[in-house]
Amino acid sequence: MSDKRTSRQSRIRNFSIIAHIDHGKSTLADRILEATQALTKREMKDQTLDAMDLERERGITIKLNAVELAYKAPDGETYIFHLIDTPGHVDFSYEVSRSLAACEGALLVVDAAQGVEAQTLANVYLALENNLEIIPIINKIDLPNADPDRVKKEIEDVIGLDASDAVLASAKVGIGTEEILQQIIKKIPAPQGDPDAPLRALIFDSLYDSYRGVVVYIRIVDGTVRVGDRIQLMSNGKTFEVVEVGVSTPKIETREELSVGDVGFLTAAIKSVHDTRVGDTITGADRPASDPLPGYRRMNPMVYCGLYPIDTARYNDLREALGRLELNDAALQYEPETSEALGFGFRCGFLGLLHMDIVQERLEREFNIDLIATAPSVIYKVRLTDGSLVQVGNPSEMPERKFIEEVQEPFVKATIMTPNDYVGSIMELCQRKRGEFINMVYLDENRTNVIYDLPLSEIMYDFFDALKSSTKGYASLDYEMDGYRASDLVKMDILLNGEQVDALSVIVHKEFAYDRGKAIVEKLKELIPRQQFEVPIQAAIGQKVIARSTIKALRKNVLAKCYGGDVSRKRKLLEKQKEGKKRMKSVGRVDVPQEAFMAVFKMSQDD
Amino acid sequence: MIKGDELMTRGVYIHIPFCDHICYYCDFNKFFMKNQPVEAYLHALEREMAYYAGRGPAKTIYIGGGTPTALNDRQFEKMLRSVHRYFMHPGIEEFTVEANPESLTDEKLLLMKEFGVTRLSVGVQSFDDRLLKTIGRAHKASEARQSIERARQMGFENVTLDLMFALPGQTEQSLHETLEAALDLNTPHISVYSLQIEPKTIFFNRMKNGKLRLAGEDIEADMYGQIIFTLEKHGLYQYEISNFAKPGFEGRHNSLYWQNEEYYGIGAGAHGYVDGKRYVNAGPLKKYIQSVCDKGFSEKSSHKVTRQEQIEEEMFLGLRLMKGISKKRFQEKFNQSVDSIYRKQIDQLKTEGLLHEDGDRVALTKKGVFLGNNVFEAFLCS
Repeated sequence: MSDKRTSRQSRIRNFSIIAHIDHGKSTLADRILEATQALTKREMKDQTLDAMDLERERGITIKLNAVELAYKAPDGETYIFHLIDTPGHVDFSYEVSRSLAACEGALLVVDAAQGVEAQTLANVYLALENNLEIIPIINKIDLPNADPDRVKKEIEDVIGLDASDAVLASAKVGIGTEEILQQIIKKIPAPQGDPDAPLRALIFDSLYDSYRGVVVYIRIVDGTVRVGDRIQLMSNGKTFEVVEVGVSTPKIETREELSVGDVGFLTAAIKSVHDTRVGDTITGADRPASDPLPGYRRMNPMVYCGLYPIDTARYNDLREALGRLELNDAALQYEPETSEALGFGFRCGFLGLLHMDIVQERLEREFNIDLIATAPSVIYKVRLTDGSLVQVGNPSEMPERKFIEEVQEPFVKATIMTPNDYVGSIMELCQRKRGEFINMVYLDENRTNVIYDLPLSEIMYDFFDALKSSTKGYASLDYEMDGYRASDLVKMDILLNGEQVDALSVIVHKEFAYDRGKAIVEKLKELIPRQQFEVPIQAAIGQKVIARSTIKALRKNVLAKCYGGDVSRKRKLLEKQKEGKKRMKSVGRVDVPQEAFMAVFKMSQDD
Repeated sequence: MIKGDELMTRGVYIHIPFCDHICYYCDFNKFFMKNQPVEAYLHALEREMAYYAGRGPAKTIYIGGGTPTALNDRQFEKMLRSVHRYFMHPGIEEFTVEANPESLTDEKLLLMKEFGVTRLSVGVQSFDDRLLKTIGRAHKASEARQSIERARQMGFENVTLDLMFALPGQTEQSLHETLEAALDLNTPHISVYSLQIEPKTIFFNRMKNGKLRLAGEDIEADMYGQIIFTLEKHGLYQYEISNFAKPGFEGRHNSLYWQNEEYYGIGAGAHGYVDGKRYVNAGPLKKYIQSVCDKGFSEKSSHKVTRQEQIEEEMFLGLRLMKGISKKRFQEKFNQSVDSIYRKQIDQLKTEGLLHEDGDRVALTKKGVFLGNNVFEAFLCS
């Protein structure tokens, strides 16, 4: 048995794919699945590993996926590949670090035309920190503007990897796949670890299944786990009896056991995902390991926003939906809150804006709840005059100014990789966003890394869009948290028809308050439809109004069209109008559409 | 339950879906005339007329399009002959035909006289040649004038003009001149429609590509006010949101829609309302012709109007008329009072200054006319 395990172990290769969004990661994964005949052509959908509709639509990977593939190599051996798919977006770098910890190697996919991007760089560094063997792949070589030689040089200059063996590939048309598989076998080491030692399995993901309980995704580092084994979670000491173990091929396949190097799942009638903390180590209850595996740090939410059902009667549905999402999304946090304008809802914490967007969309789509999201906010630390420190994640809860000694906001260290031509405009942009210049590194004759300290709240606004537009899309951004700093921040309130709307309050830098206020009232004027009466919109700091505009009264809303006898069409139009109003929130006497609550946020300050 | 005299409240609408050219704003069921099976269509139309005529006589006839006058004289005659054969009787209150100025020939006028047409609806849209071109009309203002003069010489007194406002590039001055020109022709009825951009029109595509400058609500409201003021000053009083007439010249057929009465819809894509059921005919010519061939009519889908819907429609159609709805008539029709259903809504709308109540009648106020959809919406219960 032990020999068999050892032989099997020597044929295992565990790897993930690192790539910037759009560089072709999921397509490459599809090619590998095809080449290993994990799926018949008929079963292949584009981007098979992206299981959620949302993932496929947006072309991004959100959740981790691990598949086991059998590859019959030309040398006659059959190798066992575990491909662990990773999200590419900066919001999910936490998930990336999890998947990398389950691998011995990584395929680095770089677009043959666009070259190395900042985000890729960040993930490559993560991989190098994890001692992963990296196989560079230059993808999309079939594109007319592909320049593999330049990109090779970039990989060597920028990342410092030897790119002489880099595979030239086009996952889309299937060039290079065989070569990639060969390099996986040759270059990525088989997992180390002792199949006879006490069990140590790293939890890298878990999700809740209503029939099987929590499904725990694990990488076996030492030992073996079998159906019927009693296991223990090393962080909390809880024990469970294993009901099933298996792998995804990507069809679910149950196995008798998982042994060293295996990447698969187990279920053990576990009721709550909170018991199976990602990063925890599973060991045998009867023969526990002495030390847990190094886990990973739990990510704290960076961004908070209020989520409210438009239909207040659906508060409980929303709570239930959040509870369901939380089962599969360890990073999501939420707690109840109340708004004068919006009623009962939840303050939710997210890893970043994309994460927020995705949660919101899943709530609307999968649970059919129409939502109002308030503008996202970072967490401010406020030192009060009495010396105490409070954290504020909801602008409307910012204490009155007279009680505030100092407000601190989170800063990030932002690394912007850009073609040299745009360095000037990037620096201008960063200055405008209250950035502090840190460093500039010339990567090669064409590209530069510009490093700035920036307030996270500025990054959250339109920074990314502004960056893309001022560099024709060439610059890429990566950032990491860089602690809190005191800033001259004030709360700006928005008044509609003379009434303060708490859900529209924002925290702004004093110096920019006037411009922001002006932009916000103008944007709201655009978004809020005319009412039967004139509606003044004001932005105020404390008692002082700093900007105002007015929504004119509705003047004509009647269908003066020749409709013949088509009454059902008239009816539909009226129904649509009525439905539209239902999707608005009545604040005071003013009907405010969903988007307006995001307006204070989703608006370019250069407007 | 329907008694003989109630049948006589029905109208008949006949659709001629052919055009020589397509106007940029039009989203009606219509086809370029060229290479279309016009003869087969007219044949099917006649069969469908026979089918509906068998379900009881009508009191108003309305032939619309498309462009009825796009038919050639022979086809036009054939069509009128069928209509005459199946629906003409001494009790007909109104027989309207829509006409475009460029194709309203003397021959057609004569034919219409011969077959008992009592009213002409001429698609003028504007008396500003530049605007006519902008919206894709094929005629010039002078042709419109001449066609109406000729119609009058042939003895058509009851003529109505269709005008449009809130057109791209239309100024208040241009609208003023159009209204003056229309009033000069001294027709007893004028309809005024605001431009609506509908999907599947040329304007819609231009708008999507950002190539169409629309008037905007304020200009639209100003123009609408200007229209009401000017026409009423000249004795054409507003009796419906879009319609103005000298006393006694209100359109009977259209009034029937607003009074929530029934009508046969005949022809491709036509809408009908018969025995409590609203239906729509197949739109594509081939489908229409085929299904009339197969079963004598061409209903594509239909919907039995529930009592609830009938009540809602009674309100949102009836309130389009300036005289509003009669509470007594409502009570008779539904055996239930308006107040028992809509008291709250009516009071709210009165508070908002959109409705007024005067004895038996509930009607739009001046402000309500401009914000009609806000009013109508309130009467949808679901």
